[in-house]
Amino acid sequence: MATPFIELKHVYKSYGSVNALSDVNLTIEEGRVLGLIGDNGAGKSTLIKLIAGVHSPDSGEMWVKGKKVTHWSVAEARAAGIETVFQDRALAEQQSIARNIFMGRELTNAIGLIDVKRQREEAERLMREIGFTSKVFSPDSRVLTLSGGERQGVAIARAIYFKAQLVILDEPTTALSLTESEKVFAFVRQLRARGAASIFISHNIYHSYDVSDYFAILDRGRIVYTADKSEVPSADVLIRKLQTVARHGMLDIEH
Amino acid sequence: MEATAVSTKAQERNAIRTWLDQNRRGLSAFVIFMGLWILFLITAPGTFTNPQAYRAIFTTLPIDIILAVSLVFIVTSGESDLSFPSVFGLSSYAFALLVSNEVSPVLGLLAALLVGAACGLVNGLLVTKVGLSSLVATLGMNFFLRGLINVLTQGIGIPLTMMIDTPFYNVLVGQVGDVPVAVLWALLVVIICLVLFNRHRLGTHIAIVGDNPESAKEMGIDVARTKILAYVIVGLCAAFAGVMSSLINSTWWPTAGDGYLLRTLAAVFIGGTPTWGGVGTVIGAVFGAMSVGFIETGLIGAGLTAFWTQFAYGLVIILSLIGHRFNQGRYR
Repeated sequence: MATPFIELKHVYKSYGSVNALSDVNLTIEEGRVLGLIGDNGAGKSTLIKLIAGVHSPDSGEMWVKGKKVTHWSVAEARAAGIETVFQDRALAEQQSIARNIFMGRELTNAIGLIDVKRQREEAERLMREIGFTSKVFSPDSRVLTLSGGERQGVAIARAIYFKAQLVILDEPTTALSLTESEKVFAFVRQLRARGAASIFISHNIYHSYDVSDYFAILDRGRIVYTADKSEVPSADVLIRKLQTVARHGMLDIEH
Repeated sequence: MEATAVSTKAQERNAIRTWLDQNRRGLSAFVIFMGLWILFLITAPGTFTNPQAYRAIFTTLPIDIILAVSLVFIVTSGESDLSFPSVFGLSSYAFALLVSNEVSPVLGLLAALLVGAACGLVNGLLVTKVGLSSLVATLGMNFFLRGLINVLTQGIGIPLTMMIDTPFYNVLVGQVGDVPVAVLWALLVVIICLVLFNRHRLGTHIAIVGDNPESAKEMGIDVARTKILAYVIVGLCAAFAGVMSSLINSTWWPTAGDGYLLRTLAAVFIGGTPTWGGVGTVIGAVFGAMSVGFIETGLIGAGLTAFWTQFAYGLVIILSLIGHRFNQGRYR
């Protein structure tokens, strides 16, 4: 069993009378990809926001690296190395790749002048490492000249450079073609190879099955199914689980 | 061996393309300016081969340039500023009032810069903290500050003739040989702005904030602070230009700065900074200001009356925007 990076124990969260999360128990492991699956309104975004420190739980415990967390905020989540890669909010399209990677954390000297040369070199090295193979790109290329999958790659390169411990990928392949999605999977595998934990959220079960090491299905605020990839022979098994859950509601909680 | 040579060549071609991509707005502004200049050299050879014409252009050009390059910051941040003409007037009023009361002109200049920065701060707070539309808020500020000037002065100017040939005057707007010192000051402002815009964290943050404020915030950039600082840059430059202009005219007028609103905006947009934020070019704004400055002289030199000036401004603005549009269409 891999080392847990974050553990949620009996976590509850409600907005007014709506129970967004009920009795959630979940372990996020270092160096592995969690495929978080669930329908719209299942509680995926609430769960992410709790982990990213945007919201705090009503009750229940959160453990980070084996320590119980008493106070959790966006700043503390970031300090712990948690990065979120949003589908469309991550990048400034008219800026260069290098600028995007170092956005808000530029390499500057004492008077705020940017070490452009070093940023360019670091960006180039990162791009090559995570598999930007084409010769057409340079760190100075503007993001709007990149394809959808490559854009996710820039956001992931950023997470890698700043040594993210946990990367939350929120629907990173939703608007992408198959080849572009393949690129994103390769980038996610790079994250895993570097020992980072990641949460891969997708509506597309096939995408999730391809890239994830273990799975959790959320339904109406509850984790109704968790499994290691070794226990799930194919994506279709996951889809059947999801269909059962959708038809019968949360019946049997399996592990 | 051969493969290496090929890839080096490919890399070189790539580097050139990237350079062109990064600088194409400034370059097309340069092309527009050169086009205008050549046009005037053909239609008004008498004027544009005479150094005297350039001397006339170079007395007012520094003011245009200083204002235009500062506006690049605010337009790139995704906001606009229509208040700089009145900030120009109010801060140079502070200068004129102080020096006419025998306060040291250096202190007068500092006071003007302080007034300019304060006006920028107010603009920035209105836009970021109160949440007003920058177009309307700064339009309101333009009226308000001009009104304040009129109420304070009852429409009466302040003569600054006593400043002529003082050391302060000579350092700011005198002559070095044939070159007006104001041109050198404008050059200094341009260099500072170039570094700030292209190499400094602030300029980078301004571009990112104008490009995608959501992701800027996500990555920990203080969007409000960044925009406020962009407004302060405009305020400081308007103040400096105002002091310079009052000295050049040897008089402070209550209307000081009024004539600069449209021609400065024209300079910024002819210069290739688009209206939507996220990108801009300081060097383009310099060429934009030069284009605007040359149009007036060029028309008169070509034997047309001043009635043609606005016609020509309009034509050049529209043609150059069409040019920038096509130039960028290849990349977007």
